[in-house]
Amino acid sequence: MKILVCIKQVPGTSNVQVDPVTGVLIRNGMECKLNPYDLYALEMAFELIDKYGGGVDVISMGPQQAKDAVYEALWMGAGRGSVISDRRFSGADVLATSYTLSQGIAKMGKYDLIICGKQTTDGDTAQVGAEIAEFMKIPHAGNVSAVTDISDSKVTFAANLDDSVITERIPLPCLLCADSNINTPRLPSYRRKQKLGSDMVSLITLDDFSDKDEKNYGLIGSPTNVERIFPPEKHQEKKMFSGSSHELSDKLYGLLRELKFI
Amino acid sequence: MPYLYINKDNITEQIAKQLVDICPFGSISTEGNKIVIDSGCRMCRICVTKGPPGVIEYVEEPEQKTIDKSEWKGISVYVDHCAGHIHNVTYEIIGKARELATVCDAPVYALIMGCNIKFAAEKLLHYNVDKVFVYDYPDLSNFKIDLYTNVFEDFILKVKPSSIMVGATNLGRTLAPRIAARFRTGLTADCTRLEVRENTDLVQIRPAFGGNIMAQIITPRHRPQFCTVRYKIFSARTPSTTPAGDIVSMNINPKRLKSVYEILKIEEKPKEMDISEAEVIVAIGRGLKSKADLAMINELAELLNAQIACTRPLIECGWFEAKHQIGLSGRTAKPKLIITAGISGSVQFAAGMQGADCIISINCDPSASIFDIAHYGICGDMYDVVPQLIQLIREGRENGL
Repeated sequence: MKILVCIKQVPGTSNVQVDPVTGVLIRNGMECKLNPYDLYALEMAFELIDKYGGGVDVISMGPQQAKDAVYEALWMGAGRGSVISDRRFSGADVLATSYTLSQGIAKMGKYDLIICGKQTTDGDTAQVGAEIAEFMKIPHAGNVSAVTDISDSKVTFAANLDDSVITERIPLPCLLCADSNINTPRLPSYRRKQKLGSDMVSLITLDDFSDKDEKNYGLIGSPTNVERIFPPEKHQEKKMFSGSSHELSDKLYGLLRELKFI
Repeated sequence: MPYLYINKDNITEQIAKQLVDICPFGSISTEGNKIVIDSGCRMCRICVTKGPPGVIEYVEEPEQKTIDKSEWKGISVYVDHCAGHIHNVTYEIIGKARELATVCDAPVYALIMGCNIKFAAEKLLHYNVDKVFVYDYPDLSNFKIDLYTNVFEDFILKVKPSSIMVGATNLGRTLAPRIAARFRTGLTADCTRLEVRENTDLVQIRPAFGGNIMAQIITPRHRPQFCTVRYKIFSARTPSTTPAGDIVSMNINPKRLKSVYEILKIEEKPKEMDISEAEVIVAIGRGLKSKADLAMINELAELLNAQIACTRPLIECGWFEAKHQIGLSGRTAKPKLIITAGISGSVQFAAGMQGADCIISINCDPSASIFDIAHYGICGDMYDVVPQLIQLIREGRENGL
């Protein structure tokens, strides 16, 4: 079994504000972490190779700093890692990101199974996995809660639909998006960290792709454009109460009675 | 390919520092007396518009492919259903589609695929759509991604709708990106506001960049334009008593109905608490210091006959099951009342609850952004206010109130 997991580095906090006067983004600190949803995808991959043998590789896309996230996955148990990084990919939307990843995956090699997390905590779109699969012309499934069997070049899994759980079988190679909270992700191993050194992650750029046409990547390869960004609207008619905690709880109690919730 | 041109002559040490500071993604750095933009750049162009003038310029090459927008007409809604039972999100989106259609004078279409779904198609005629396109085939009785994508593709090629709206159910979130990628067009997830321009460009607004900001997104050079909308974001209209509009029966080449998906089993999930449907919600956030303190929140919820919801950090630390989470990565709720305690109010959270009829927020920080969306703000420590409120409610009950 050769498995590839797609991971992303995301901001450590969502503490981004817009200056109401200048409209400029204010981001406090640039701490980053591995997208928490990807941990379930990684764990799913590790459990599968524990059972069926093989290896797990990881791929990420982002600034070179995203190497840190890839290293974390290597310390957990992944064998090989790459970061797709190139200024020509800047400003990519879902479509351009998915296409870039599908090109990078092809560069990494052939895999039986590609696993993605459910979504990222910064984009929150939950769309990239399915689009990668479409570009690679392979079947995919979302919200996968468990892989129950892999045999005869087919994978059997359970997936969460809204009102039901569906068990399906599809041929390999394919792409699965792991649901959240489906397993207990392992921690990075200190020993592996000591053993692996710090030159294990390779860099992939546009020059490595089979499609080198710049027009398919980054801002120009993105059908969607962000026209403007703005702070969320404020509610105009709000009532603010302050005072001692007793005054506040009295006010709140009166309010709930007035609104007939008590 | 558009790019950022750095006017090296205009760079002084002070200007360089200004640029480093202004980049929200930390992508501008200095190398000696040069400035460098790295691959973390998201082309947000803040360095161009808000930076020192004339230093960084956005250079756009005019040669961009365009499409004839007049060939694409109508706003289509994908009908999410299970064996013909239509998910309510569909009616909500149809209501919105109708609103948008009046602006650009376009028809509203519904697309339904499945097996033995004529009754469902007829039901849709009570929701003010112009046409319902029906693909009724035994092979479509269950959701198979490859078949549904093929049928969707067939519909788009034949009908050429300008915009397509899909409910952000688990099914919709799997199907919409697949079909958007097939047409190499844009897809905007979880729009919280939608508008349309006379040239049929769909103006899609959603929280973005993982921060406390909203982004206005358009798909100016591609058709169709795809967006997903969550359940409980828009409001459904009341159905009309007399049906209106046409049902159009669609055919697809049977060769396109061969699937690689084998369905082995479908199990109904046990009906469980769903905060999307709750009328009253008590929501708790990072202001909660320990899991043991949940007792008072539980007590308050019980007294108000409310469901308990939480923010993402509490899911991440394992204090709640994921189904309790409100926000972009959790559920959307539109209750009659939501009381938030110890929640600062990120846009991701707000996107999941600002449709509530009444929002009461308790937070000790008067500048917390939750107060921007609250109808009533209680500026105090929930550790004092909540227990006292519980006591007042209890005393009131004892006195027969």
